[in-house]
Amino acid sequence: MIADPKARINVVGALRDAAWTALVAFGLFLPLVGFLTIQNLNNELILETRFGLLATFVAVAAFGRLAYSLVIAPARARRALRPAPTAPSRLRILGSVLARGLAPFGIGFVIVYPAIVLAINGTTGAVKWVDNFGIQILIYVMLGWGLNIVVGLAGLLDLGYVAFYAVGAYSYALLAKNFGLAFWVLLPLAGILAAFWGILLGFPVLRLRGDYLAIVTLAFGEIIRLILINWVPVTNGYAGISAVPRPTFFGIPFNASDQGFAAVFGLEFTPLYRTLFLYYIILTLAFITAFVTLRLRRLPVGRAWEALREDEIACRALGINTTNTKLTAFAMGGMFAGFAGSFFAARQGFISPESFTFLESATIVAIVVLGGMGSMLGVAIAAIVMIGGTEIMRDLDFLKDIFGDTFDPTQYRMLIFGLGMVLIMIWRPRGLIATREPSVFLKERKIIPADLVKEGHG
Amino acid sequence: MSERDTVLRVEHLTMRFGGLVAVDDLSFAAARGEITALIGPNGAGKTTVFNCITGFYKPSEGRIALAHGDGKIWEALDGVTDGGARRLIRGDGALYLLERMPEYLVTRQARVARTFQNIRLFPGMTVLENLLVAQHNPLMLASGYTFLGVLGLPSYAAAERAAIEKARQWLDRIGLTARADGPAGALPYGAQRRLEVARAMCTDPLLLCLDEPAAGLNPRESAELNELLLAIRQDYGISILLIEHDMSVVMKISDHIVVLDYGVKIADGSPQEVRDDPRVVAAYLGVADEDVERVEVEVGL
Repeated sequence: MIADPKARINVVGALRDAAWTALVAFGLFLPLVGFLTIQNLNNELILETRFGLLATFVAVAAFGRLAYSLVIAPARARRALRPAPTAPSRLRILGSVLARGLAPFGIGFVIVYPAIVLAINGTTGAVKWVDNFGIQILIYVMLGWGLNIVVGLAGLLDLGYVAFYAVGAYSYALLAKNFGLAFWVLLPLAGILAAFWGILLGFPVLRLRGDYLAIVTLAFGEIIRLILINWVPVTNGYAGISAVPRPTFFGIPFNASDQGFAAVFGLEFTPLYRTLFLYYIILTLAFITAFVTLRLRRLPVGRAWEALREDEIACRALGINTTNTKLTAFAMGGMFAGFAGSFFAARQGFISPESFTFLESATIVAIVVLGGMGSMLGVAIAAIVMIGGTEIMRDLDFLKDIFGDTFDPTQYRMLIFGLGMVLIMIWRPRGLIATREPSVFLKERKIIPADLVKEGHG
Repeated sequence: MSERDTVLRVEHLTMRFGGLVAVDDLSFAAARGEITALIGPNGAGKTTVFNCITGFYKPSEGRIALAHGDGKIWEALDGVTDGGARRLIRGDGALYLLERMPEYLVTRQARVARTFQNIRLFPGMTVLENLLVAQHNPLMLASGYTFLGVLGLPSYAAAERAAIEKARQWLDRIGLTARADGPAGALPYGAQRRLEVARAMCTDPLLLCLDEPAAGLNPRESAELNELLLAIRQDYGISILLIEHDMSVVMKISDHIVVLDYGVKIADGSPQEVRDDPRVVAAYLGVADEDVERVEVEVGL
């Protein structure tokens, strides 16, 4: 067999590539890294040069490019030439076994998670792990699953999802404070109100698709936030609403008083009880979201959502009222965000428009896209990675041991995070779990490959 | 054709897009239980007529009426038109003014199903799911508009089983049972065409509109399609309206042909009559009427 001349390693070409890369890197990093302006003691701005650092940057870029052309690219080409293995590799079988076991294992794990944390960290350390990790992640899992209905199933890109979260939170905070209604009454009410706002948003954007839909939903999110800021008599503006009533255990509050939970049950007071209570509330809410979404997927309305994502014209030709179908998707998605919002308000005890910025919407959309649109398990994993990852990176103190004491890891948190996102998008451009599981089957459930599943056109 | 046998009446249909007249004062009728073909050169306005009938376009002018039942109800047509209603339902049938209905009601209420020139399946859903989406409306009712379905009531499970059974019968018929659980987008082209016809039939139509069902099929596949369409008509007694370029399909299975050219009807009749019509030949050969005889001699017709 004659070797393909293109597959042979072209050293001269690789060197030329590397030289170009070095040049581009030099041009790019000279102003960014090469020069540094600092204020001296006389308050004068002086220019310092950091050519050594600049040389390091350029060298890394050039050698990286060289390594890519000489080692990585030929290896890839060789792999592409090799015929695909006919039998699934052992690794792949292991992967599918793991994937199948992951959901039940995950459910079991989240139920016993507080006990594990308690055993490892003791009472005081556990609050941080249950609250910052457990509850925070579960809120985003729930938001991700809610948005997954709109973006993943119905294929409608919604960049203003945080608006419904805000509606839920403010509904709870205002109604609980002003009318003294209980958490368990307001939870469904907040969901209904958020669903109503979902329909309200749905109507004007019914005819919009793609980028236009995304822009209008983004604007909707901003409108809600601006109303919260400017309608001061009701929402108290930037100052927000403080002392939002906390949920009680069948009327027993979680506080240090004689009527408090600890006193009534004869326990020593610690804030852990409330944290655990909140953890299991949000866990239950997340399970309800998952259960309802899985049920909906197998009902005609869920199939209509997915059909809408695949081909809207065909849906209309089959007698499906696409207006109602889109509105139900917005309403269902909004409802779950409303639940999550009212829980958020009850947990924090304080809410302000700061918590409902576009960045929140972007985070939730990133969770859904990263997880793989339409996949519940993927969205849950993505929420753990995104939210848990950000939390863990808050304490990257071990990096100080490597880079010296002047290194401040918190400054690099978002950089590392962004790098991780880019890598995942290169490795899995359609999300962690991009395959689709059919809602119904005749003989066997076959997973549908990602390249056939449409992303929706807006 | 007497009025009683008519299922669809298109009268003075005109469709303008800005200054362009795509369909100009077109009138024809389709008979119950027959296969009516709509043919014409590219750009003649056939698909526009389809889009008007199925509610995707609102015609600029004209009336498109469809009758259910034995056709006695046609006598009420003018009354319904003047009354401003969309439909009339009586004991002996129903009358629908399609130009007044949005497309999903044309399918749901008037029971007109359609396929598309460029296949529009749901590629990321399985073959079976495609056929279940087509049964959306009865299933939606069975699931109590989702509310009862979420609670998991057994009545919905029974309805879904019946829907799957119906889908399975269609899969047997089009020979795709073995691929029922695979994605529709991975089917070969001919199978996708057949699946689209089966999916349209799963909406329980009385009138099936097929936009170039044989486009891109090889002669064997197109013969299979002919058989499928004839069998559908025989078993379900439905009427079929068909746009087609493949003359082996049109001439073999149509009972009645309407020929369009530049949005105007130039012929209307049985396959034999249409085939012998010099205007049709002229339209297809692209020459003026007076030159037809000369050109026919040249090409040896």
